[in-house]
Amino acid sequence: MTSSLHLWLIPLVPFAGFLVNGLLGRRFPKALVTTVALIATLIPFVQVANIALHFSSLTLPYTEQVATWITAGNFHADFAFALDQLTLIMLLVVTGVGFLIHIYSVGYMAEEEGYWRFFAYLNLFMFFMLTLVLAENFLLMFVGWEGVGLASYLLIGFYLTKDSAANAGKKAFVVNRIGDFGFLLAMFLLIAHFGTLSFSEVFNQVAQHPEWQGGFLTAIALFLILGATGKSAQIPLYVWLPDAMEGPTPVSALIHAATMVTAGVYMVVRTHVIFDRSPFALSTIAVIGTATALFAATIGLVQTDIKRVLAYSTVSQLGYMFLACGVAAYSSGIFHLLTHAFFKALLFLSAGSVIHALSGEQDMRVMGGLRKKIPITFWTMTMAVFAISGFPPFAGFFSKDEILYQAFISPNGLGKILWFIGLFTAGLTSFYMFRLWYLTFFGESRAQATTAHDDHGHGHGHGVHESSWVMLTPLVILAILSGIGGWVGVPEAMGGHAEIAHFLSPVTGAAHEAAEGRSMELLLAAVSVTVAVIGWFIAHLMYFAKPALPAQLASKVRGLYSLLLNKYWVDELYGAVVVAPLLLISRYVLKGLFDTGVITGGGMAIGYSAQGLGALVQRVQSGNIRSYAGWLALGAAALLLLTYVGFGTHLLFR
Amino acid sequence: MVVPIAYYLVLSAILFSIGVAAFLIKRNIISIFMSIELMLNAVNLTFVAFAHQWHQVSGQIFVFFVMVVAAAEAAVGLAIIIAIFRTRNTLDVDHVDLMKL
Repeated sequence: MTSSLHLWLIPLVPFAGFLVNGLLGRRFPKALVTTVALIATLIPFVQVANIALHFSSLTLPYTEQVATWITAGNFHADFAFALDQLTLIMLLVVTGVGFLIHIYSVGYMAEEEGYWRFFAYLNLFMFFMLTLVLAENFLLMFVGWEGVGLASYLLIGFYLTKDSAANAGKKAFVVNRIGDFGFLLAMFLLIAHFGTLSFSEVFNQVAQHPEWQGGFLTAIALFLILGATGKSAQIPLYVWLPDAMEGPTPVSALIHAATMVTAGVYMVVRTHVIFDRSPFALSTIAVIGTATALFAATIGLVQTDIKRVLAYSTVSQLGYMFLACGVAAYSSGIFHLLTHAFFKALLFLSAGSVIHALSGEQDMRVMGGLRKKIPITFWTMTMAVFAISGFPPFAGFFSKDEILYQAFISPNGLGKILWFIGLFTAGLTSFYMFRLWYLTFFGESRAQATTAHDDHGHGHGHGVHESSWVMLTPLVILAILSGIGGWVGVPEAMGGHAEIAHFLSPVTGAAHEAAEGRSMELLLAAVSVTVAVIGWFIAHLMYFAKPALPAQLASKVRGLYSLLLNKYWVDELYGAVVVAPLLLISRYVLKGLFDTGVITGGGMAIGYSAQGLGALVQRVQSGNIRSYAGWLALGAAALLLLTYVGFGTHLLFR
Repeated sequence: MVVPIAYYLVLSAILFSIGVAAFLIKRNIISIFMSIELMLNAVNLTFVAFAHQWHQVSGQIFVFFVMVVAAAEAAVGLAIIIAIFRTRNTLDVDHVDLMKL
């Protein structure tokens, strides 16, 4: 291996792709746009894969100083990239899944307006996401952090003539800003206490001071959590993610499921040295994560839009990752991030394939009976559903089970409660995923003739059709990964080696081991599988065996049903508590009183007083020579008088 | 006999006051011009009187300077007066109160 890995190339190549497509793409033929975009994501993937192959021969952590960015007194921040085990996993996920989704988009977006724009934005996203992951200091990470928010905004609002899409983009951006504010405050505190933003320097300083517990570290950690809840869609800032489904489906898969939303988890794991010193912050994360997991899962039970179900399930799964971080099982969190990237991207892409097949229909109530018509999509979706529901040996089983196990054995007093809620949520997850599965693929088709929505599918052929191979290839690859992706983390209790935990241990520290030993772990796994089976069974009963049951049940518990259907009225609550007062203050206090009153009024007052004074003084300058002469004489006489009376001397020297 | 300096100063003050009064009262530009000359010469008289009193030559020299400047001023002033009369057909200052025509 050469001495330099040229890490800077990894983010920069997609950026070059963005520049080429963004500036010239309008004039390019579609094939050229496709080539540029795919090559710009393939190169980083190949480079990362190459690094991964030679990984064992590297000295870690490897850092690369590209250039000095800011120098001010003792403070400096550089364009510096770092590579360690955690970065490598993130890089593989981002470039690998990113590349697959680029391929899929070629088929999915083929008929859309603004094809070049879409790929330019996607490449821009890749650039920022890779910057975020590779950054060696908080500031550069923040650049990526903000940048992915921008790319997300641009892509959610991709259908820019659609009002709801534009609003969803704005909502995502504004809500994310609240989280970014927390991140900023955390960075200010870091500068104040450490004088540096470099990860390695901050962590070294913390390591050298074992007496630092809680205190300002808790403050920093809490602000970082605020940042993470914004980006990773956790309570209280999760509201933007379901709306983000207005974007094209590949975007939902790439940004709002597999990569960007996991940035918060990545950030917490990256800075876990700080969190380790603050039990309070850790408990906060664990509680936030668990509450979000349960909350989002219950909403997901009743949603009818296929993408919204998946969106709430993403929020819920991110909650699991937060739970893992909260019980200091960072490698489990990253493990779930990895498997989730596979199966959630697959779920979205399969859902996209279903939507594509139905020419833009997203409502599950009018789907049904698609199993025979789009068999490949059906089978890939099935893999994903089994993976997310936690059936062995699919990917989600190992990672989710690992998290639940870590929560159960955590020394935190809340551990058992968190475990129980997590387990219950796993049952809900299983239920709503199988609900989606049955509603979409089984039974008879409930489609009314030609009721296609306008969102997607202009110019598609009529009738239900399987997608082209360009879209199916990524599906199949991701399905395989969803099947076997979990095998890198088979716990030792089940005869595996928990490779991923060992692999990450230089970064995250060794994983906990329970006193109760392996039989306890096996027992817990059996319990969670049972719960998943129960979820499946209930879904089977309600949506396959007795299709009339859901409606009866809904009418019986009407209040609860409408509460869930309306997402606990959280959007309305935020609208009433935050948005409406802000609008009122902006309109009446800031605009009415301050802007019109103080600023405009003040400007007017100054202008008019100058005008009035001028009108007064201009009378002196009449143009009449004799009046000038009069003033002159008067002045001279006054001076003379002054000299004679000795006004000045009288005042000064007497 | 020697005329006391007070006489010169009183005469000069009277001449100057007449000049100021005429300057303020008169409407004809030429009369105003003449009253300016009168004030200048009243001052000249004071200079000469003091020069004679203190046996200093500098007062006399000042007078020559004033005369030269007054001559130059007269030349420029009369030229302006002619120009005004040609354009406005009047020499009444009350009617000459605008810079533009």
